[in-house]
Amino acid sequence: MIRAEGIEKRFGGRAVLRGLSFAVSPGEVMVVTGANGSGKTTLLRLVAGLAAPTRGTLAVEVDRSRLGYLGHEPLLYRELTALENLDLFGRLYRVPERRVRIGMLLERFGVWDARSEHVSSFSRGMVQRLALCRALLHEPELLVLDEPFTALDEGGAELLDAELLSLARTATLVVSTHDPDRIAPLATSRLALA
Amino acid sequence: MNGYLGDVAALARKDLALELRARDTLPAMVLFVLSTLVVFHFALPRDAGDDAAYGLLWVAIVFTALLGLSRAWVPEGRDGAIDALVLATRDRSAIWVAKTLAALAFLAVAELVALPAFALLFAPLDATAVAGAALASLGLCVVGSLAAALASAGRGREVILPLLVLPLSIPLVVGGVGASISPQAGDYLLFLGVYDAVFAILSWASFEYVVTE
Repeated sequence: MIRAEGIEKRFGGRAVLRGLSFAVSPGEVMVVTGANGSGKTTLLRLVAGLAAPTRGTLAVEVDRSRLGYLGHEPLLYRELTALENLDLFGRLYRVPERRVRIGMLLERFGVWDARSEHVSSFSRGMVQRLALCRALLHEPELLVLDEPFTALDEGGAELLDAELLSLARTATLVVSTHDPDRIAPLATSRLALA
Repeated sequence: MNGYLGDVAALARKDLALELRARDTLPAMVLFVLSTLVVFHFALPRDAGDDAAYGLLWVAIVFTALLGLSRAWVPEGRDGAIDALVLATRDRSAIWVAKTLAALAFLAVAELVALPAFALLFAPLDATAVAGAALASLGLCVVGSLAAALASAGRGREVILPLLVLPLSIPLVVGGVGASISPQAGDYLLFLGVYDAVFAILSWASFEYVVTE
């Protein structure tokens, strides 16, 4: 599903990724680890198609509309409510039975009671829960998650554990994390960035 | 409404909803254009004539449009929302079309205040002058939305945006003023229409490359 050969990403004169090669087959769960500044976020942005490698080839064999991405930032509009945010992206993704799907996700991630509140009033943990709802809204085939446990409390992290366990059966996952032990039971491969 | 037009409608509605909540663009545009016209009213010598006044109207409109355009992509820049739009839209040009429509709506509201104020303070506006204003405003928003997207991708948005938009707006100012004062106003309207069509096609086709690295 993903094949990278000798990819390099430079920002000006600085190489963030250099000569990186890996492959991810459908159904795999690849965990990406590395210290701060090692290029985890850059790599995930490349995989999501939000940036292009400076050198090398990166083939991602999944339609953009079937890709879910949770970024370092929440990728939400803070002046809109939780419901308005998900409704907008649900429309753009052409999610069938959108309202039902949105309601189900908001319930599952504990955001239902705050559905009509502006995202700007949310705590960081609630924003992360809503960002996860957005990333999962269209039931993606390939899910790219950049440090998904960030800001989640223990309850939220357990919810995400259960969600990832279920997703690992139906989707391909690329997950960056500083806590690889948390995803270790699901991981089929690991990419350590220096 | 489904498909491409449905995407455009959803995105434009989002832009209007954001402005209604934040109210940080439209009031600033209206106040700016009104205060500029009032200052011009006192700055212009009494014997300057109407032609000079029409020129100043266009100075006010161009800078009012710039004010709105400089804020057009701010919500997308915050919290990385542009990435979510880039991933979710089937055809990314829908993002530009919606942004252009929203920018045009804001500029139209500002002009609904500015044109009567101009007629009151300076000189009357006939139908061709208003048609010229409409076509030139469309052109400003067409090139301005793309330029604002380009400018928002890097640092120094406030500096880059005028550098990109002002040279491109010179033909629009010429067309807008010409439609107001020339006996061949129809030619100027035609020129503005052609400008709008050409730049709309160019912007629509190139937006994809603006939002991807």
